[in-house]
Amino acid sequence: MGSEAQLTQEFEIEGGNLSRAGDVSMHIKSTLRAIGVPSDSIRRASIACYEAEMNVVMYARRGTLCFSISPQRISVEVADEGEGIPDIELAMQEGYSTASEEIRELGFGAGMGLPNIKKNTDEMELSSVVDQGTVLKFNINLNKAGASGG
Amino acid sequence: MSLRLEEVKEILECEVVVGEDQLDLSVDLGCAADLMSDVLAFSQSGSLLLTGLANEQAVRTADIAEVKAIVFVRGKKPNSEAIKLAERRRIPLLCTKFYMYEAAGRLYASNLKSR
Repeated sequence: MGSEAQLTQEFEIEGGNLSRAGDVSMHIKSTLRAIGVPSDSIRRASIACYEAEMNVVMYARRGTLCFSISPQRISVEVADEGEGIPDIELAMQEGYSTASEEIRELGFGAGMGLPNIKKNTDEMELSSVVDQGTVLKFNINLNKAGASGG
Repeated sequence: MSLRLEEVKEILECEVVVGEDQLDLSVDLGCAADLMSDVLAFSQSGSLLLTGLANEQAVRTADIAEVKAIVFVRGKKPNSEAIKLAERRRIPLLCTKFYMYEAAGRLYASNLKSR
């Protein structure tokens, strides 16, 4: 197995389309399962992707999710066009949310998304420009136990 | 301690909407939430989810969080989109007339714990 082996996929996410919210993450989850990634890492990556995807659907006009996997890690970058986040520190606090009633009816918008992404990933980086958009990057390491098996 | 869905069905007097052929599946843990954010943040893999949110987002969340099956409480019925998705992803859906509190209590008393 070459250590530089890598699979990259890119997906479009449509802002406001709540009926498709989660499709990208479910697709990624199926891909990870087909590759044979350990189930704990699949769950962490799927949850982080899903929270990130929901954020684009709920708050942005549109976005792209770029997913890549190597033997070492899963890397995801989600870039959106939208309102942006004026105060990232505040947005990272559990319970802080600007979600609409429609979003809350779907069982989201409780101010848990970003903290939950942080909890499920090994590295996370968030940057935003107000009225332009937000870029979220995160990694999940796959070789913690050193068990790549060559 | 785990419970088979067949037992869950009896304990909660459920109607099975999806997964009549999967009732021999067993669940190891239970969780109860209307907020999908809470399911994502606090549930464990292999759990049974009790929820009053009967839309497709509940099924998507279950799929992502590796929830094995869903019981909709308070007599709620999943909509057709939720049913279609659950059939595709092989996630059993059950419905009970019990409120969340009593449904969780009955399962807990039958030794289905949350961790």
